[in-house]
Amino acid sequence: MGEHLTFIGSVTAQLVRAVPVTLLILAVSGVCATVLATGLTAMSVARSPLPRLIQRTWTFLFRGTPLILQIFMIYYGFAMVPWIRHGLLWAAFRDPVFCTCLAMTCCCSAYIAEIFRGALAAVPRGEIEAGRACGMTGFLLLRRVIAPSLIRIALPSYSNEIIMMTKSTSLASTITVLDITGVAQQVIAHSYRTLDVFCAAAALYLLINATLSTLLTALERRLDVDRAPTPLAPIPPTLEPLS
Amino acid sequence: MMDDLTLLGFGPDGWAPLLLKGCLLTLAVSATSMAIGTVLGVLLAWARLKGPGWLRRTALVYGVVLRGVPELLVILLLYFGLPSLILSLSETFGWEAPGLPPPFLVGSLSVGLVSAAYQAEIFRGGVGAIPRGQFEAARAMGFSDLLCFHRIVLPQVARVVLPALGNVWQFNLKDSALIAVTGLSELMRTSLVAAGSTRHPFLFFGVAMALYLVLTTLSSTAFHYGGRYSNRWDRG
Repeated sequence: MGEHLTFIGSVTAQLVRAVPVTLLILAVSGVCATVLATGLTAMSVARSPLPRLIQRTWTFLFRGTPLILQIFMIYYGFAMVPWIRHGLLWAAFRDPVFCTCLAMTCCCSAYIAEIFRGALAAVPRGEIEAGRACGMTGFLLLRRVIAPSLIRIALPSYSNEIIMMTKSTSLASTITVLDITGVAQQVIAHSYRTLDVFCAAAALYLLINATLSTLLTALERRLDVDRAPTPLAPIPPTLEPLS
Repeated sequence: MMDDLTLLGFGPDGWAPLLLKGCLLTLAVSATSMAIGTVLGVLLAWARLKGPGWLRRTALVYGVVLRGVPELLVILLLYFGLPSLILSLSETFGWEAPGLPPPFLVGSLSVGLVSAAYQAEIFRGGVGAIPRGQFEAARAMGFSDLLCFHRIVLPQVARVVLPALGNVWQFNLKDSALIAVTGLSELMRTSLVAAGSTRHPFLFFGVAMALYLVLTTLSSTAFHYGGRYSNRWDRG
């Protein structure tokens, strides 16, 4: 029993050292995917049909195929394309961490753009009309009226997507990245103690996800100003009854 | 170009038959895991809604764990961990050690277990969408629990739940690609083997993507019509 605990302890220490890799992939692809999704959302409401077509095709392509296939396509498939293989981009495309981040950025931006698109449609029309009536245009309208509502509406689904992304980072291990799952597989290859190692890895993922979801829920509550639980003071009667 | 066509054809060097077989296997694994997920998901939803305290907590923990752990890890855990668990159990109890479990079963079970956690939430939400008064009315009419489920819950929940189940199905279909790590020759694995042995990864991964797109598009169309059918009383 004592030996067992020592083993789990040393495995956990090894796995914890891989946490930065997982978090790096998550952070890079999370930020890039969100930026890209914002662009895609803007394209989806563009007046000319070409940007809308691009957004629809992007969504169709990346939501309709498994992420693992996209990762393999970028890591193994692109390596066979001559102009990538012998071009300047090769330095990036030979790096499995870069390939995972690229695949996850493309894939998750499609999902996040759909979330933003739904939220944009749910922003009350009256608010936008009121903003226009006050003389707001373009960026000011976006910053003062649309974005605050949109972020609040989108945040719950966005948090879900971030949790999904955390889980997806484990796919990096299939192209030799030593993230939590990768290190876990490595340890198992030496020790053959499958259950202990995978359970320790699962516990780490749960911990990361619990932390993220707590943070995002706190943010959600913070931003939810119009339903904040501050009780309104009863309005004192100011009008004297007519006598 | 001619070379590519030969590789994708039905000839002796062509991979078309294997790729199509992979498609069928992907569909079979996804359907099996969806079925496992639905059965277990209904049980979990029931446990969350009407079960005794300990069962409710167990179902809650199940949902949190299975939705918080990567699918890949679940598959690896079941595929590599289950045999060692069975082995140690059979050693403890002195049973005869069984062989390795078949990848198809382990694969669809692991995707199904994850799917169940998501489906349970959907069913729970679906039952929650039924007005309370209907349950009270059913009890007042002397409906048994089973009759109430059959006549009141099922027809309405099916309508509410179908679009969300369509989403879960899409996820199942894509998660089934992860089963490739166990060596089951579904679409992903087949394209991987083809890419490796012909040294044309770009071609074969591209074809696999196209085939996945066909599968997801066809099934989303099917769910769309299924949704229209289940809503057929709601029009006009």
